[in-house]
Amino acid sequence: MAGVSASARGSSAASPAPGAAFIFKKALISALVALVLFSLMIGVRTEAGSDGQLTYMTRFGDLAAMVATVFGGSIVVELLRQWWGPVGTIRIVPPSVQSGLALARRGIAPVLLVFTFLVPVIFYNERYILDLGILVLTYVMLGWGLNVVVGLAGLLDLGYVAFYAVGAYSYALLATNFGFSFWICLPLAGILAAFCGVLLGFPVLRLRGDYLAIVTLAFGEIIRLVIINWQSLTGGPNGVTGIPRPSFFGIPLTPGDDGLAARLGIEFSTTHRIVFLFYLILALALLTNWVTIRLRRLPIGRAWEALREDEVACRALGINTTTTKLTAFATGAMFGGLAGAFFATRQGFISPESFTFHESALVLAIVVLGGMGSQLGVALAALVMIGGFELFRGLEQFRMLVFGLAMVLLMIWRPRGLIGHRAPTVFLHHSQAISSDLVKEGHG
Amino acid sequence: MDYFAQQLINGLVLGSIYGLIAIGYTMVYGIVGMINFAHGDIFMIGGFIALISFLILVSFGLTFVPVILLIVLLVAMLITALYGWTVERIAYRPLRHSFRLAPMLSAIGMSFVLTNYSQIAQGARVKPVPPIITGGYTLHEGVDGFVVRLSNVQIIVVITTIVLLALFTWLVARTRLGRDMRACEQDQTMASLLGVDVDRTISMTFVIGAALAAVAGMMYLLYYGQVDFFMGFVAGIKAFTAAVLGGIGSLPGAMLGGLLIGLIETLWSAYFSVEYKDVAAFSILIVVLIFMPTGLLGRPEVEKV
Amino acid sequence: MKTDCILNVDHLSMRFGGIVAVNDLTFGAERRKITALIGPNGAGKTTVFNCITGFYKPSGGSLKITHDNGRQIQLERLNDFRISKQARVARTFQNIRLFPGMTALENLMVAQHNALMLASGLTFLGLIGAPSWRSAEKRAIDLSKLWLERIGLLERADDAAGNLPYGDQRRLEIARAMCTEPALLCLDEPAAGLNARESAALSELLLRIRAEQDTSILLIEHDMSVVMEISDQVVVMDYGVKISEGTPQQIRDDPKVIAAYLGADEEEAIAVMESEA
Repeated sequence: MAGVSASARGSSAASPAPGAAFIFKKALISALVALVLFSLMIGVRTEAGSDGQLTYMTRFGDLAAMVATVFGGSIVVELLRQWWGPVGTIRIVPPSVQSGLALARRGIAPVLLVFTFLVPVIFYNERYILDLGILVLTYVMLGWGLNVVVGLAGLLDLGYVAFYAVGAYSYALLATNFGFSFWICLPLAGILAAFCGVLLGFPVLRLRGDYLAIVTLAFGEIIRLVIINWQSLTGGPNGVTGIPRPSFFGIPLTPGDDGLAARLGIEFSTTHRIVFLFYLILALALLTNWVTIRLRRLPIGRAWEALREDEVACRALGINTTTTKLTAFATGAMFGGLAGAFFATRQGFISPESFTFHESALVLAIVVLGGMGSQLGVALAALVMIGGFELFRGLEQFRMLVFGLAMVLLMIWRPRGLIGHRAPTVFLHHSQAISSDLVKEGHG
Repeated sequence: MDYFAQQLINGLVLGSIYGLIAIGYTMVYGIVGMINFAHGDIFMIGGFIALISFLILVSFGLTFVPVILLIVLLVAMLITALYGWTVERIAYRPLRHSFRLAPMLSAIGMSFVLTNYSQIAQGARVKPVPPIITGGYTLHEGVDGFVVRLSNVQIIVVITTIVLLALFTWLVARTRLGRDMRACEQDQTMASLLGVDVDRTISMTFVIGAALAAVAGMMYLLYYGQVDFFMGFVAGIKAFTAAVLGGIGSLPGAMLGGLLIGLIETLWSAYFSVEYKDVAAFSILIVVLIFMPTGLLGRPEVEKV
Repeated sequence: MKTDCILNVDHLSMRFGGIVAVNDLTFGAERRKITALIGPNGAGKTTVFNCITGFYKPSGGSLKITHDNGRQIQLERLNDFRISKQARVARTFQNIRLFPGMTALENLMVAQHNALMLASGLTFLGLIGAPSWRSAEKRAIDLSKLWLERIGLLERADDAAGNLPYGDQRRLEIARAMCTEPALLCLDEPAAGLNARESAALSELLLRIRAEQDTSILLIEHDMSVVMEISDQVVVMDYGVKISEGTPQQIRDDPKVIAAYLGADEEEAIAVMESEA
């Protein structure tokens, strides 16, 4: 990047900067648009009266405030844009800074990992942070799982939550109906989810692009609707309650005599279970990561990436694209199922509400924002998205608004994600990161 | 037989509404190749604006229904079209030449924004209105007392749909804008070299799509007598399903898909179970795509090697 | 049949709707020779290739591969990836289809997918890092290295394929096809867009493949200098039918071929030739 001169910037400086009048005019237009947009939606509030009849009241104050905000905001944005220069400007970064950045990038993964291991130690008494950590790690795992499908194989899956749901319900139902332990159910949940992946994938994987997207989305909805309506099995909208908590390989984490605390001779604390869950999901996430990294270096993983790059060329090289896609789908689904089983045991209660399209969109956003295919990127994106989401918990009703806006802005800021490089899976002389401009994103 | 006829009518009416929304999806897909996930919410906004303007007009003492309907229709189309334009301007245009998934996620984000925005602005409760158009015709009265009815609302919905569809087909086939749109669909670079204002054409596509969604929103309000902030999601997914079923990118396909989804949903509810009507619609989508990978009227993808 | 052919195209026809792209085409590609398929634009050459490599199902006729061990395979009965996997027919594309976001080395590794899949015990042995897998992987890297060396790209093994110059990409695509260890290599305009020096390097590479490998080559080419230099046998097509066949020298002197290329009547072409002579 540094090699390219900053000529783009130079040329923009040559053209006269838009004056105050221009900015004012632009802001005025924005305000006018805002006035029309908000006129009825904000200027008028509908409310059902005491007699059930719908009435309305006007809120011209709010409307004026909103329009003024847009006017002011538009001026600020325009000024910022002038100060920052045109979008796409190539900036000179001194080589020393660049190498520093590269070093930081290499260092960030181990630092993050060590920090994650230490979280339960540092924040032992901060229940909230531990819970948040578990949540973030769950999404890291889901992100890594979906990354196999979307990031590596380039197949757009908008119904990933279905496999998460299959995993969660597999564990919940097996445990509550047959008393199976978590450690037996965990692999079963993964296998069942993978089986579902194959079941869906087999007929639909010859579809391409957005046709595949809508079919996966439809599948996600079908699973959710079946869960809601098959009341006798799933409890319908009420969900499944009383899902057993995980044991420490057979030793329950309870205050009783046979509990882990008593056996170790330490005082019982509910935090033990939280810490245990934290390390459990960390282990599951790291397993996902390890397997994915290994698979990338195996022929199957390379075939996934080749499929993303050029499916026709793959066929010409004798690669069975159908089975290759299926394995990607099944692998991703399996990780989703494992995460689902964990989710069920952590919550102790699951209902269809946890498995909406929002979840699929969120996980997909994590994968894309992470930089498709990058393991570290996905982890960082999960941290940013889930952590950021939590920051706005206080804003309760504005949360989705802020979240949606953040998604839009992040995409505009970094369409290729936080980590925009692909690391080769094998090298002769030295490993060179490949710019994401070259990497295709698949059309399946 | 009478029961079936009644369900057929109901299904066609519902299908018309889906079809109107589906056209917006299919147009945007045809021209910029992206799924406009916010389109369902544009439909919802259209419904709200129709509702609010209706309330205001009534409180002003207007009673002549056709005038009210006409004004509501125009206001809803105008303001909703501006929503469509703004969404494109903010969330999609900066990502025009970006990677395929970025605009899609931006659209999903925009959909969250719109849903939450109307939830905050108008509250989470369902907004009911008393029936605006009443009356209808009895088509046939069976011996067992079952009556096949065609209500005035249903007539209005179907006629509006047919008129708009005709208008729109004419627009695409005969006008300058339509020609520009078709040119941009084929090759944006070439179109701009030949003097087509690509940005403007794409904006207009969103504007038209949103205006049609507003009409659908208003029809929904008339037909069901209520709107709520979450209705955009389900209707959006159904309409998108309809667009894909018909073959995305094809206008008659969108309408056909809409009608089919409406019919499947209604008939399934009537004869099997209401709970599984959406499952039925989605399953049929999957089955159709397995056998016709580009939908019913979609052009088969030709793979050049 | 008197000559030993690896590929026998027999009465091949391909219609798209009402358009007849290939009409009753019969020719053979000799074993361990270079056969060129030439003809004006739109003659149906690429369609023939797409039929041979399974991207199209022929409307009629048969395509037969005879391997060195005498095993015969009807190509029109196999579909897409099996053509490469079982019939061992590899191809390149008119507009290069490398995996641009993967390195040159990775491109060659992907080409060895089927062999490596078996060696990795369908992934499971590979996942646990079994020694048998490791040695198989090492052999695959060695084969890739060998080909990178042959095409002069050893130094750039770790560069993204999409970053390589055009000529290098062309050669890399051929090397990638060769890494599938094919019996028949089909090249679709390998010299298109190359400069004179790159064309010469390409010719050298193809001649070397013929001399050193057990691979027969079938190529479509417009660059007559390449065709005349390396081909053992030339088949000329026009409007979907074969109009001539023979050695490069025979083709050069065939009035029908000249007529097809100059777009003139046969008599005129003969007149042109005679006036030149």
